[in-house]
Amino acid sequence: MNKVPNNKAWWLVLPMFLLVAFSAIIPLMTVVNYSLQDIFDQNTAYFVGVEWYQETLRNTRLHDSLLRQFGFSFSVLLIEIPLGIVVALMMPTRGWQASAVLILLALPLLIPWNVVGTIWQVFARGDIGLFGWTLNNLGIDYNYTSNPLDAWLTVLLMDVWHWTSLVALLCYSGLRAIPDAYYQAAKIDRASPWAVFRYIQLPRLRNVLVIGVLLRFMDSFMIYTEPFVLTGGGPGTSTTFLSQTLTQMAIGQFDIGPAAAFSLVYFLIVLLVSWLFFTTITHMEKSDNGNKHDK
Amino acid sequence: MATITLKSLAHSYLAQPRNPQTHPQDYAIQALDHVWKQGGAYALLGPSGCGKSTLLNIISGLLSPSQGEVLFDDQVVNALSPEQRNIAQVFQFPVVYDAMTVAENLAFPLKNIKMPKAQIKIKVREIADLLELTDSLDKKAKNLSADQKQKVSMARGLVREDVSAILFDEPLTVIDPNLKWKLRRKLKQIHEQLNITMLYVTHDQLEAATFADEIALMYQGKIVQFGSPQELFERPNHSFVGYFIGSPGMNFIPIKKSEEGKKNEKDKGRVFYQNISLAISGSQQAALKSCHSTNLKLGIRPEFIELSETYEANSFPASVLSVQHLGSYQLVVVDFAGLEMQVRVAEKMQFSGAGVYLVFPSQWLKLYIDEYLVGEPVLVNKGDYKSENHE
Repeated sequence: MNKVPNNKAWWLVLPMFLLVAFSAIIPLMTVVNYSLQDIFDQNTAYFVGVEWYQETLRNTRLHDSLLRQFGFSFSVLLIEIPLGIVVALMMPTRGWQASAVLILLALPLLIPWNVVGTIWQVFARGDIGLFGWTLNNLGIDYNYTSNPLDAWLTVLLMDVWHWTSLVALLCYSGLRAIPDAYYQAAKIDRASPWAVFRYIQLPRLRNVLVIGVLLRFMDSFMIYTEPFVLTGGGPGTSTTFLSQTLTQMAIGQFDIGPAAAFSLVYFLIVLLVSWLFFTTITHMEKSDNGNKHDK
Repeated sequence: MATITLKSLAHSYLAQPRNPQTHPQDYAIQALDHVWKQGGAYALLGPSGCGKSTLLNIISGLLSPSQGEVLFDDQVVNALSPEQRNIAQVFQFPVVYDAMTVAENLAFPLKNIKMPKAQIKIKVREIADLLELTDSLDKKAKNLSADQKQKVSMARGLVREDVSAILFDEPLTVIDPNLKWKLRRKLKQIHEQLNITMLYVTHDQLEAATFADEIALMYQGKIVQFGSPQELFERPNHSFVGYFIGSPGMNFIPIKKSEEGKKNEKDKGRVFYQNISLAISGSQQAALKSCHSTNLKLGIRPEFIELSETYEANSFPASVLSVQHLGSYQLVVVDFAGLEMQVRVAEKMQFSGAGVYLVFPSQWLKLYIDEYLVGEPVLVNKGDYKSENHE
């Protein structure tokens, strides 16, 4: 048989290539381009090499912001994941109650970020906000506009309120996928409720929890709107997270070059941490699948 | 260890079932009375959807019956949970705890009853040896093949010795035939060793017959016959038993008391299929005399029909439709005056033509009125089964 070389099919890749180019590659390369220059105005720009990167890595304002960011993201995960699991375990499984609870849980997820910020901005005020007023009247000195810890806790609470539902819904779907026979067998084997959770439910939730952890980490690592609406990053810099520092740099101070370098570093950090999570979890799974004799 | 008694048990999956007398279709189990004696090996046999799994779940306590009582010895256990009833149950599809090793799986029920560790170890080893799982004790349960998983599942059911009963819900469905045979024999051995009541649900008559001493055959939510495999085969109490047991099932000939339009003195002691008259026994005649039903059938098993190519006294002509060679015997499908009947004959028998003659030996010709067996001579010393219509 005569094989005719014909590579015209490669043209079919072109639309996809163009789409990806416009949506990702070109914008990203623009940022890379900015990060290598010192830009004064539209017509004045100097090539500065990796200077902005060096500065970014040495900038203490960014270091503080990064630490604050990690502290926040890990707190979010530490609270939302266990809480989401507990909520999912307590949700009714059938009847109208199940639908009602599902809808109630989904509601916070439908609210836009800045609206969540505004709701809490009012809700937590000491004078007219129910939450702040109640706390103050209980004798707790709470004021998110002046106390850095109060502000930080309020942002955390806001995120927990907004996003725990997501983890709970994911876990709920994971729990529903466990066949009844497992619960029946556990009953027959006289397993305690804790044993049922530890040996039946938790192992089967692992896959949805991977998704939950990744989503919540990435989202909380990019948090911007809520603290911005609540206190504008204050008091001081107590709730100024990475994205807000970046915005201040790029738009407030018009430091396009350093901001571009910083945003690329930011992007790499998110990528790195997500990759770490992912490989750790898949590695756990692998060693689980592996025969104990193999080790 | 306990004798399990079911008292006028009924169960419906509907929230508001109607009266069981007028709407039996609402019920998965209907007015059931039964006793499973302590230490017996029983099979609960029936087609899919006859209520056998429902019955099993009621006994184990996973389901609560709509009506009636379940007794373990003299104690009513309706309100007790499976763990309080102390039941072991093996399910149709393997249930293993994925995150644990095989050894941990087997130890799980023992750990839950707080048995000392050293004792658990001995017990796990023992049961693993019994089911040939010793080599995979350290493997994660989720990496096992389906049949090995089911073995683990079964081992978990067998590992506790103090249980009231062990219930099996079609446990060998996922296992390949060769191993099935072995496991069934294993179960039987275990039963002999441990003297625990075992109840085995299946839809496979061969499985039931090899495992159990006595079989309860269920049909439409009722136990239609309870007896040894031989009794079920030779004296099917209900036409469904005849149809379901044996391969192939019983042949049924619809009959009438007298030939249409004629009343003849010499027809006494005979019944009619179309214009063919068949002789029946004295007790069958007596049963027939007092009934007004038109749902009358004669049943005979394919094994008991005698087939020959020559005419004898009391034989009936039939024509051969097809012959299947099944190794140790051949199955002949014949046309008996418009009725298709199956006959089992020896493999060595040869046919030269399509015309054959059938003989129906009278001791194997059973009479069914409204689907129930009647007119059998009463057996002595067989307490457990009634030959009379009990409806």
